[in-house]
Amino acid sequence: MFNAIDRDAERQRVMNRRTLVLGGLKAGALSALVARLYYLQVLEGDHYTTLAEDNRISLRLLAPSRGIIVDRSGVPLAVNEQNFRAVLVSERTDDVDETLDKVVKLLPLTDADRRRILRDVDRLRSFAPVTLRENLTWDQVSAIEVNLPDLPGVSIEVGQVRSYPFGEQAAHILGYVGVVSEQELQNARDPLLSLPGFRIGKSGIERKHDLALRGTAGTSQLEVNAVGRVVRELARNDGQPGHQVTLTIDAKLQYYAQQRLAEHESAAAVVLDVQTGGILALASHPSFDPNQFAMGIPQDLYDSLIKNEASPLTNKVVAGHYAPGSTFKPMTALAGLEAGVDPTHRVFCPGHYDFGGHTFHCYKKGGHGSVDMHDAIRMSCDVYFYDLARRIGVDRIADMARRFGLGDRTDLDLPGEKTGIIPDTKWKRRTYKENWYDGETLSVAIGQGYVTATPIQLAVMCARLASGGKAVKPHLTKAVEQEYTEQTNWPDIGVKPEFIQRVLAGMAGVTSAGGTAYAARITQPGFEMGGKSGTAQVKRITMAERNAGLLKAERPWKDRDNALFIAFAPVQAPRYACAIIVEHGVGGSSVAAPIARDLLLEIQLMEAARAQQADAGATAPAGDGAAAATPSASTQVTAAPAMPGEGTPR
Amino acid sequence: MINLDMGLDPQSNMSLGEKLGQISWSLVLLITAVACIGFAMLYSAANGNFDPWATRQIMRFAVGLVLMLVVALIDIRLWLKFSYFLYGIAFFLLIVVEVMGHVGMGAQRWIDLGFMQLQPSELMKVTLVMALARYFHGASLEDTGRITFLIPALVMIVAPVCLVLLQPNLGTSLMLLMVSGAIFWLVGVRLWKFALVIGSVLAAIPVIWHFMHDYQKNRVNTFLNPENDPLGHGYHIMQSKIALGSGGMFGKGFLMGSQSHLNFLPEKQTDFIFTMLAEEMGMVGALVFLAMYALLLVYGYVIAMRCRHQYGRLVAMGLTVNLFLYMFINIAMVMGLIPVVGVPLPLISYGGSSALTVMIGFGLLLCVHVHRDVRMSRRGMSDF
Repeated sequence: MFNAIDRDAERQRVMNRRTLVLGGLKAGALSALVARLYYLQVLEGDHYTTLAEDNRISLRLLAPSRGIIVDRSGVPLAVNEQNFRAVLVSERTDDVDETLDKVVKLLPLTDADRRRILRDVDRLRSFAPVTLRENLTWDQVSAIEVNLPDLPGVSIEVGQVRSYPFGEQAAHILGYVGVVSEQELQNARDPLLSLPGFRIGKSGIERKHDLALRGTAGTSQLEVNAVGRVVRELARNDGQPGHQVTLTIDAKLQYYAQQRLAEHESAAAVVLDVQTGGILALASHPSFDPNQFAMGIPQDLYDSLIKNEASPLTNKVVAGHYAPGSTFKPMTALAGLEAGVDPTHRVFCPGHYDFGGHTFHCYKKGGHGSVDMHDAIRMSCDVYFYDLARRIGVDRIADMARRFGLGDRTDLDLPGEKTGIIPDTKWKRRTYKENWYDGETLSVAIGQGYVTATPIQLAVMCARLASGGKAVKPHLTKAVEQEYTEQTNWPDIGVKPEFIQRVLAGMAGVTSAGGTAYAARITQPGFEMGGKSGTAQVKRITMAERNAGLLKAERPWKDRDNALFIAFAPVQAPRYACAIIVEHGVGGSSVAAPIARDLLLEIQLMEAARAQQADAGATAPAGDGAAAATPSASTQVTAAPAMPGEGTPR
Repeated sequence: MINLDMGLDPQSNMSLGEKLGQISWSLVLLITAVACIGFAMLYSAANGNFDPWATRQIMRFAVGLVLMLVVALIDIRLWLKFSYFLYGIAFFLLIVVEVMGHVGMGAQRWIDLGFMQLQPSELMKVTLVMALARYFHGASLEDTGRITFLIPALVMIVAPVCLVLLQPNLGTSLMLLMVSGAIFWLVGVRLWKFALVIGSVLAAIPVIWHFMHDYQKNRVNTFLNPENDPLGHGYHIMQSKIALGSGGMFGKGFLMGSQSHLNFLPEKQTDFIFTMLAEEMGMVGALVFLAMYALLLVYGYVIAMRCRHQYGRLVAMGLTVNLFLYMFINIAMVMGLIPVVGVPLPLISYGGSSALTVMIGFGLLLCVHVHRDVRMSRRGMSDF
């Protein structure tokens, strides 16, 4: 019995000892758990707290509404319109196919649409809306809304789409918006760009002021669960809507200019404020409808725009460069005056000028007879300028032209702007590695040869003349939000005012009796304009053609001369300057000058009406002034009868 | 002569009232307190609702509490007597699930009893302890020193472990092995024998790996490198660590555990409930909880040490080890210390059959306590 007890006691001693070991193991294991707990919750607590917040909070971007673009008096040129789209939330319908069948009866959905929708339904989470169709018409919206009880899961969402009320009429100024390209996405840091369907300015003002127009993204902090379903919104910041951009454009004049150009196949016109350089109208014909770009342009329409030989997508005011022809003569004249040429010096024009074994023709076969500088500008005598240029050399002419803004970009930031070419001896050596031939100087004198300029440059040149030699720079933006950017005190370009006055007088002569554009003069007293016509060769006229007396109108359209006109008005204290080109329009004074006349008269009448309104507003009780009718200039234009026996001025 | 019976058998035939008086009510209170933490967590897991989990868990606990007391009051000599029988039933049920078990969670583990799903492997965790305790009840140190004596016990262990592995349920089979190992250790099996077995198991690991299911291999792989697969198997561990870590020292507050409530945390009402507790209550709360659990284990130890018969000691120790393993495996898993194995946290996790067996286990523990001084012969029957 003792033995049994001993054995039992020994067994228990072993067990007690081993129980202690086991307990120690457990205590160790428990300590490991506590240590791990301390590591995770205290040492790494902050790290995991950050991860947890990331897990929990989903930041969604809210697209701000794009700033609108208005003309100088507040007329909207680019706005945002509501865009209705039908969406389907697949978890709210039992049978997606059945719902789609019902939708098809109300909305046209192609098989491709259907495939895309079903793919999206599979791909996206069941609570994420799948777009069925965008840009619904109001009828389609109503049809869907009425039938909603029969269309489980379908709903209408409202978005914004860019809209251009003036459509084609201001397309080249405003540009358009489009979806963000892959490359733009990579280069930009703005998270907005990654929003699906977000559109940014692709050209024109929309592009130049894209950052201001875009606004800043709003954010919505959403608490989401593990599958991304929104539980609730924690915080919301609506962001900043885009700034309003005010242009110097006058919508009415712009519209009128575009209409006026539409009479021709391909043309461009620009009207500037001489004092500020603000562009009042900038028209290029043919044009395109930017609304189609905002919606997503159909491929066939885009192809037809690209293929059109009158290139509707090109803004010819800045991207078209043309030989300025006789519109360049004021530069030659000024260069001469500065070089000390006596303006009263007379040159005899027999209709041609022989130099270096070549014969340079004047456009007028019989010649102008004896002309001084004033006559030469007024009648656009080529021979006078051949003679003048030969005496002063090309470099002086080029220097003068550059001071007037030719041969350099205007920094308007409109797409495809060209620099144009103002050649001189250095330029020739640099470009062709050849010496300058004096004969080439004669071509430059009349704005031919190597010389090219864009319509905006010609308008700037004209404005600088009309301002009496101020380095006026063109611009389109009057204000971004409330910040006005207009500038009026431009620096002097350093040409003696008396020289400029002399050239301006010559240009005033152009529209006076005996001037090349007398037929296109403005007859309203006080509104008269001065100008300079230009008819620039596109294709060299061969001797054979000249001898055969081939009529200009009989040549193929593409080979016909370009018609140009630069003008300023009124003649006394000019306020407006413009440049017109009608591609292959043949007659500068007969085709381009009337457009300049109409535009300059229109803007002057509008300004007069505004001044009258302002006066009326100041004297009469408020409200009456606003009611005063604006006289429509276009109906008041009285085309001056063509003077017989004027010939075809160039 | 010394009267060997003196003072040894005052309680051989206690009345019901005496037995009730002997029940450690402080342990019952502690169990209830821990369970209440579980109810609160389930209430929180349902975003502050008693449905669908908390109410049913409370009802189950109430049933379990009654069952526990019933088990505790039954004479321990009866449990001794029926140890092999109960083990046999559990073994039979394991075979049944293997043959016609209900397929759930990718593994055959349950028998659908209609009112509840029975998991025979859970039952085995208790009955194996009882059977081994019965086997070693009368064994002397010399007995346990003989390998031939150990072989029947080894068969008793290996047979159900194999069946559970076949289900396949790696977690439970490992638990069965570890509990058995603990009992072998306690009855005095020499250390070198353990070393031998562990060594041969280690050698067998490549073979075992070869026969493992892909999902089990994945779990081990994922455990070794959770960041490699953040949305697959590693997702659970990552999310669990995020939830736990973001709780910090003092937690986010009751019902405020964002990770749990927003469903980032998988199975927050069952296997990952400790994560939610630690997220909402912080390290302080988790430590309090662990302390309560440790106290439960201490109770188990004290009961085992105070017991005067080998069967009771072994049952109490076995069940305590069992409880410890449940807790350790579960918590170590959610903290990313060991691979993801589906082991619930006793008294806290929502679930049927594990809660039931855990309560039976506590019942037996209390039973050992009540009958700590019962006189039992080596064979266990003579005095009955």
